[in-house]
Amino acid sequence: MSESVPRKSSMRWIPLVIVAALGALLFAGVMLSRNPNREALPSPLIGKPAPAFRLPVLHEPGRLVTDKDLRGAPYLLNVWGSWCPACRDEHPVLTRFAESKRLRVIGFNWKDEHADAMRWLEQFGNPYFMVLTDYEGKAAIDWGIYGAPETFLVDAGGTIRWKYVGPLTDQVIENELLPKLAQLDRGAPL
Amino acid sequence: MMRALLLAFALLLATGSAFAQAATDPTPLTFTSPAEEKRFHALISELRCVMCQNQSLAESNAQIAVDLRREVLELMRKGKDDTEIKEFLVARYGEFVLYRPQVESKTWLLWFGPAVVLLAGGLVVVGAVRRRSRNTTPTADERNEEQEW
Repeated sequence: MSESVPRKSSMRWIPLVIVAALGALLFAGVMLSRNPNREALPSPLIGKPAPAFRLPVLHEPGRLVTDKDLRGAPYLLNVWGSWCPACRDEHPVLTRFAESKRLRVIGFNWKDEHADAMRWLEQFGNPYFMVLTDYEGKAAIDWGIYGAPETFLVDAGGTIRWKYVGPLTDQVIENELLPKLAQLDRGAPL
Repeated sequence: MMRALLLAFALLLATGSAFAQAATDPTPLTFTSPAEEKRFHALISELRCVMCQNQSLAESNAQIAVDLRREVLELMRKGKDDTEIKEFLVARYGEFVLYRPQVESKTWLLWFGPAVVLLAGGLVVVGAVRRRSRNTTPTADERNEEQEW
């Protein structure tokens, strides 16, 4: 029986290894679920050029603005609609950020009636440098937008550098957006 | 004026729901042939709604699902095949939109993990059964070891 002892003693570790592996899996799952923004989809567009678009300006419906018109300086593209309650929560945060004049905040008014959007801005104030409207929601699909609010950071060359799904908070601006902007200022590569 | 009326009607219908979203498009999709409809339904049931992540594009009533269904139909009419339509959505929303992710190094664990676990379990069982049938009368030493397990 003595020759089977080494084989058996190596076998006896198997259950421990299995339990440890399952434990690690469980731990990873718990850690992942601690992320408050875990429902947010990672955008495949980060690091890629902003999708081409040609959209009317909310305040001058006859004027069309393209992605190329916005190049030359970085901008923040904020997706909102008068139908979106979380956009209302985000509004003061966005206003404070826009007032810092750190960069242009472009509004992306998504699937909204013109009158509703105008009324919303009148009521809560207009933090935007410019508001583009996408009534049909075609451009939104190209941007991979699926909810509101969503916010994109686009650099001077027109490359998407960062995206946030859900209402911006002071913490998100402090911990995520501002470091990204500092990186852009240093001219850091992608 | 007509659109405003339709919208008002849609809003009236929607007042029961507390879930706020953009006004749903009042014009339903129409199909030119039963074959087109069949292909469309097969396709959208394999795509995941990006907003309400436990539903397919076919099941969801979210505004974005309505828009994406319309987009899928439009792409079909432009002559795109199913793979091209899926690629279009993956390029914008990521692999997440596919209920059956592509087989690539990133998704090997997802595709083959369960089979590997099953195989490993099977091997352990086979090993245990063989060992047992070989030693019908285990020594005291072995009995102790098995108890430790």
